[in-house]
Amino acid sequence: MGSTWAVDLANVNAIYPWQGSEWIMVIVAVAAWILWHIIQLREEKEEFNKDIAEYGSKEAIRKALDEHVD
Amino acid sequence: MGNNLDALTTVFTEFYYWVTVVFMFLIHVGFCMYEVGASRRRNHMHTLMKNTMLIPLVTITFFFFGWWIYWAFPNGPFITGGLELEGAAANLPTSPTMATDLSDRITGVFWAAFLLFSWTAASIVSGAVIERIRSGAFWIIAVMIGSVTWIIDAAWGWSPNGWMVKLLGYHDAYASGVIHGIAGGTALGVLVVLGPRLGRFAADGTPRVFAPHNPWLVTVGLFLIYTGFWGFYAACNVPIISPEGIGGQITGTTWTATTIYLTPTTLGAITFNFLMSLSGGLLVAYVVSKGDAFWTYSGGLAGIITASAGNDLYHPIQAMFIAGIGTWIAYKMHYWVERTFKIDDAVGAVAVHGYAGFVGLVICGFMLWGYPSSPYEGFATINPLGQFLGAIIMFFVLGFVPAFVVSKILDGMGLLRVPHAVELMGLDFRTMHEEEQARQDVRDAEKALV
Repeated sequence: MGSTWAVDLANVNAIYPWQGSEWIMVIVAVAAWILWHIIQLREEKEEFNKDIAEYGSKEAIRKALDEHVD
Repeated sequence: MGNNLDALTTVFTEFYYWVTVVFMFLIHVGFCMYEVGASRRRNHMHTLMKNTMLIPLVTITFFFFGWWIYWAFPNGPFITGGLELEGAAANLPTSPTMATDLSDRITGVFWAAFLLFSWTAASIVSGAVIERIRSGAFWIIAVMIGSVTWIIDAAWGWSPNGWMVKLLGYHDAYASGVIHGIAGGTALGVLVVLGPRLGRFAADGTPRVFAPHNPWLVTVGLFLIYTGFWGFYAACNVPIISPEGIGGQITGTTWTATTIYLTPTTLGAITFNFLMSLSGGLLVAYVVSKGDAFWTYSGGLAGIITASAGNDLYHPIQAMFIAGIGTWIAYKMHYWVERTFKIDDAVGAVAVHGYAGFVGLVICGFMLWGYPSSPYEGFATINPLGQFLGAIIMFFVLGFVPAFVVSKILDGMGLLRVPHAVELMGLDFRTMHEEEQARQDVRDAEKALV
């Protein structure tokens, strides 16, 4: 894309920045997506382990069931 | 845009699909409300986030590869030809037309219309598995159905060139099978591995009722799904196209709306049939469930889903009766499967979407037997066997089987199900506990100021 809009739009195609680096952007984005899942799965596992460590005794669970009736 | 008529048609079509996308957003709002309402209070924030976060995950993966699959896989591949690499190239995430490009103004809108179907497919599964699936596992399954399996089925059976349309005469105008059948089958595949919620069945196998914490949220959610379904129906059509644009066997110069297969229909026809099938489903569900609100609303949905395969061509009264039959079967099947196999489908998703969609495809095969499946030469006509095989492919081959396999893998890695202690205390226990402590701190501070 040039530096002016004084053009015939019929001759204009893509107008986004960084044209030519689409593959790089896709690779980075796919890597970010997979990384997100890895981080999320780890965090979820840690969260459950923490919940069980703090509140996972039989008495605590029974108390929780009484507190949250529905 | 060669001339003003071309420009007007392009702008109208762009705007038409864009509006359907906005309407279809309401399906997701409805699913979130419905699912949260159906869950118990101690799980509702996790339930909400589980459904909400499928939106970004399915969206980005549908951009990365889902949309390309639709254009590359209509031949199977290797059933009626190879991968359509040349035709699909414009739909790769690296293509300039998948971005701001003045030579292609519609791809993004068309992509979004398909994407909203992807969200719907994943969201249907979400409700069935509430209160015991790990969110991380669900999101992997959501990407599987939203950006892989459903879009393969769309390439096969919901495309003018799909091999199922060519060889089987498969017809599924408003997605009885390609969305609802596959989503129901996927939900069942996950549920078989996941198991029921703790306490859901008594020792003798009798199911216990887990009452929804907010029935009003459930019913308003279902109303919103009906509303979004209007957008879904409109999005399934090509709004206006000339015989020349179709390039098939249709003669003359009359422009028309068409289905995804480019077979003619009208917006009037699908409006009649949407409302009559909704009504047929509601009427039967009310009677069969003895006025149960949850099942009556779900029955309206099941009715539309059953009639959807042929709602481009049915008479409205046919649509009404077909909807009623499908709803009755879905309701009866839900409780039979629950009792017999101890399947805990928390919102009846397998029945409302899967069984109704399956039945709808089979009925369509008989009702539209002999109708052309395509405007092009060399395609099989619509027939009962083709529709039955299509239902098997949607529900079992692309729905149940991949979901069962992926769930087994996740289960084997210890990633599928929430630990029992956490399930019993509630997924939101920590948050609720901390919030209560924070409230107490504020109350204590306020009391100190008295």
